[in-house]
Amino acid sequence: MFVFIVRRILQTIPVLLGVSLVVFLIMQMVPGDPATLLAGEGATKETIAMIRHQLGLDRPILYQYVDYVIHAVQGDFGQSLRSSRPVLDEIMVRLPITLELALASIFITVVLGMVAGIISATRQYSAADISIMIVALLGISLPSFWLGLMLIYFFSVNLQWFPVSGWGTISHMILPAITLGAGGAAIVARMTRSSMLEVVRQDYIRTAKAKGLKEHVIIYKHGLKNALIPVITVVGLQFGALLGGTVLTESVFAINGLGRLIVDAIRTRDLPMVQGGVLIASVIFVFMNLAVDILYRYFNKRIDLN
Amino acid sequence: MKQFNETILEVKNLQTHFFTDEGTSKAVDGISFTLNKGETLGIVGESGSGKSITSLSLLRLIPSPPGKIAGGSILFKGEDLLAKTEKQMRSIRGNEISMIFQEPMTSLNPVYSAGEQIAEAIRLHQKLGKKEAWAKAVDMLRLVGIPSPEKRAKQEPHELSGGMRQRVMIAMALACHPEVLIADEPTTALDVTIQAQILELIKTLQKDFGTAVILITHDLGVVYETCDRVAVMYAGKMVEYTLAKEIFTNPKHPYTIGLLNSLPRLDLDQEELTTIPGTVPSPYDMPKGCSFAPRCAHAKPICEQAVPDLESVGPDTEVSCWMYTPQWDKEYEAEEKVGVQ
Repeated sequence: MFVFIVRRILQTIPVLLGVSLVVFLIMQMVPGDPATLLAGEGATKETIAMIRHQLGLDRPILYQYVDYVIHAVQGDFGQSLRSSRPVLDEIMVRLPITLELALASIFITVVLGMVAGIISATRQYSAADISIMIVALLGISLPSFWLGLMLIYFFSVNLQWFPVSGWGTISHMILPAITLGAGGAAIVARMTRSSMLEVVRQDYIRTAKAKGLKEHVIIYKHGLKNALIPVITVVGLQFGALLGGTVLTESVFAINGLGRLIVDAIRTRDLPMVQGGVLIASVIFVFMNLAVDILYRYFNKRIDLN
Repeated sequence: MKQFNETILEVKNLQTHFFTDEGTSKAVDGISFTLNKGETLGIVGESGSGKSITSLSLLRLIPSPPGKIAGGSILFKGEDLLAKTEKQMRSIRGNEISMIFQEPMTSLNPVYSAGEQIAEAIRLHQKLGKKEAWAKAVDMLRLVGIPSPEKRAKQEPHELSGGMRQRVMIAMALACHPEVLIADEPTTALDVTIQAQILELIKTLQKDFGTAVILITHDLGVVYETCDRVAVMYAGKMVEYTLAKEIFTNPKHPYTIGLLNSLPRLDLDQEELTTIPGTVPSPYDMPKGCSFAPRCAHAKPICEQAVPDLESVGPDTEVSCWMYTPQWDKEYEAEEKVGVQ
C-alpha cells in the first residue's frame, strides 16, 4: 500500500508537467496579447514592446516554459499580470472557497445519490423508485448553469429562503452545492440502483439468506459493500467533472473561488494566473483520484494495487 | 442397512410455480418424500427437472416474484414450514436446516473473510460473542479439514481454492449443528479428486452430527456412494422413489433406466455414449399426460392422455409410470387385438 501511494505520487510529476505544457501552449496560441491588454487602448508600439520585454514574453517560448517550470517547482508561480501580486497568494485566498464548495457538492453527490439509489433498488418498481428515477433523469439532463439560475429564481428571489449570491455561511452553500452536486447525485443514484439490483441476485446473497440473516443485514452488510465497488468508480469520475463544474457554478452564484479566478485570468490573458490555477486544480484532481483508488482497494481486496 | 425410524422432514405434494410473462411454469409439481433422522436422500434429475427449486422451496428461499409455493406442506419435526412467519423461518435457516450450494466460487461473499462468514452464522443463532464465535469458526474450519485454520479464517474467498471454499461452505452450514443439511450439487463445480474428498467429508460429518442430508445431484455415481434412498425427478415431478441400491439393480421407470444406460461404461468398448432421445419439454408447454411420454420408447396412447400417479410397486419402491398399472395391461391387450405393435 505504501509503495503504491509513493509510486502514484511520483506518477503525478509527468502528469503535471504535461498539464502545464498544454496550458502554456494553448495560452500561446489563443489570440490576444497580454502586453497589448495591459498597455491599454491607444498605447504606442514602443510601450507594448517594452511591456513585452519586462514580462519576458519576447524570449523564445521554450525558454519561457523551462523558466516557468523551474520557478514553479520552488513554489513560485510568478506574479499576476493584473494585480502584480504573487499568483500563489491569490490562489490560496480563493482555493478554500472552492474546496468548501467541492466538498459540499461531493457530500450531496455521495449521500443523496447513494441513499436515493438504495431506496430505489430495495423498492424496485414502487412509486418511490419511479419518482427517484425520474428526478435522477432530470438531474442528469439539466445543465448546471440553468439549474443554478432556476434555483436562484425560485428559492432566493421568490421564496427568499437563501441568499442570491456570495459565500460565507451555510445558507450560501446550499444552492451552489445542489447545483454542482445534482448531476453527480443523479448518476450515483442510478449506478447504486443498478449495482444493488445486480448484487442482490448474486449467489452469496442467497447464502446469506440461507444463513437466516435479516433482510436489512443482507442488504446493508452483504449487499452494499459489494454494490459500492462500481459506484466508487463513478464517484471518482465525478471528481473530474466537479472541478470543471465549479467554474460554472461560481460564475452563476458570483462566488469568488478558484474557478472564477481562472475564468477571469483567461479573459484578461493573465498567463501566470491561468497556469498556476490550472496546475493547482490538476494537483487536487490527481490526489482525489489517488484517494478514490485507495478507497477502491478498501472495498475490494481482490484488487491488487501493485 | 441402517434403520431410520424417526421422521424429521416430510414433504407432501409440494408445488412451486413461477409466474412469468410467458405463462406459469410448474417447476415443482407435486413432490412428496420423507426424510428420517441421519438418513441421506438423493434427489437426481437433469438440469431443469426442478431439483434445485425443490431444495430452495424447503427453506422458502424461492425468489418471489416470480416464484411462489403454490401448494402442499413441508412438515419439519411435525410443524408446517409453509405456515411459519418469516421471523420463525429465519431462526430455522442456517440453524436447524442448512444449505450448501453448487457454486463455491460465487456462494461466498467476496468482501468478507471466511472466518467472518462462518462466525456470523454462529453469532446469529448461538448468541455467542465475537471472540467465541470466531474461535468456533476456526474450530469448524479445522473440522472440515482445512490446514492452518487460524490463518485461513482471516483470508478472503478469492485467496482460497474451489475445494477449500466448498469446505468453508460446509463449515458454515454445519456450524450450528443443523438437523437437516441440504446439499445442492455440492461437488459439481469441483475437480473429480476434490469431489470425492468433499463427499467423504459430508458423510463423515453427517455420521458425527447425526444430520439428515438431502443431496441434490445429477451424478448417479454420487448417489451410489452416499445415499440411502433416492428420488428421481423429471420435469418437476417425481417419477421414481426408491432405495439407492435398488435403483442400480432394479430400476423401474423408463427415465431412470435411460439415465442408467447413459452412464459411461468402463466394461464396454463404446464408440458413443447412450443418450435418451429428445429433450425435456418446455415448462410452459407440458404434455397433457406423462411428461416423459414424448421421449419414452414404451409410450402408449394412455401415456399421452393422463398423468400416472406415484404408486407402490414394492416394499420400498414407488414409481409413476403407466407400465406398472392394471390399466397398462388392458391398453396393451387392446392393442394386441387390433394388431398394432
